[in-house]
Amino acid sequence: MVTIRIPSPLRAYTGEQAVVEVDGATIGAALEDLTARYPELRQHLYEGQELRNFVNVFLGEEDIRFLDGLDTGLDAGDSLRIIPSIAGGRAGCESAPSLRQE
Amino acid sequence: MPVRITQELQARIFHHLEQTWPNEGGGFLLGEVAQDAATVCECIAVENVFDAAEQYHRYAMTPQDWMRLEDEADQRGLDLLGYYHSHPDSPAIPSDYDREHALPNFVYLITRVQAGAAREMLAWRLRTNRSRFDSEKMEVVSD
Repeated sequence: MVTIRIPSPLRAYTGEQAVVEVDGATIGAALEDLTARYPELRQHLYEGQELRNFVNVFLGEEDIRFLDGLDTGLDAGDSLRIIPSIAGGRAGCESAPSLRQE
Repeated sequence: MPVRITQELQARIFHHLEQTWPNEGGGFLLGEVAQDAATVCECIAVENVFDAAEQYHRYAMTPQDWMRLEDEADQRGLDLLGYYHSHPDSPAIPSDYDREHALPNFVYLITRVQAGAAREMLAWRLRTNRSRFDSEKMEVVSD
């Protein structure tokens, strides 16, 4: 089992649980198990088969984009966290999100 | 569900967003959800990390900002209620870009800042099926 910490606005779909336990040998499998257990989450995390571009997943302190993404392997007891990137803007521009490089 | 905010907090948000004009600014809203309203208890300004050249019409926070403030809210027994941002010289109405990056069960306070002066604040919430935002009643109460 691994744990996933759910962002506050999506806890409505996990029975108000901030942390849930799931199964999965990879991060992708763990997220699939999460959305199988809590199906209402799926449309807010995925667009088709891909994670939405504002959905970030961290393994411990590490953004999984800097690991092996959804193929990153998991050990029992690992902790994942889902973090949305907040972004907004007025109408009239179609540019993609672009974060400043630190 | 109505969104309740004090005049003082609203004025603080207006001041922040007037300072960031002509660029967009924003921050988080911490508060409490009860049967009758979502009450904003605190607003926390967060740096706009979108490319500087695009900040006149775009706003973004880092995931680390979310993590830090969600931890703070959880530790204090508050809810991460939502976030606020400005639309410089544009209506306080969510754009398609806002909707594509939004979550349900979250309050979006959008302020129109016209020529450097905050003119209007409207509250919005994303529909559960992500199809559109719905307007929420705002209650601005005395301090």
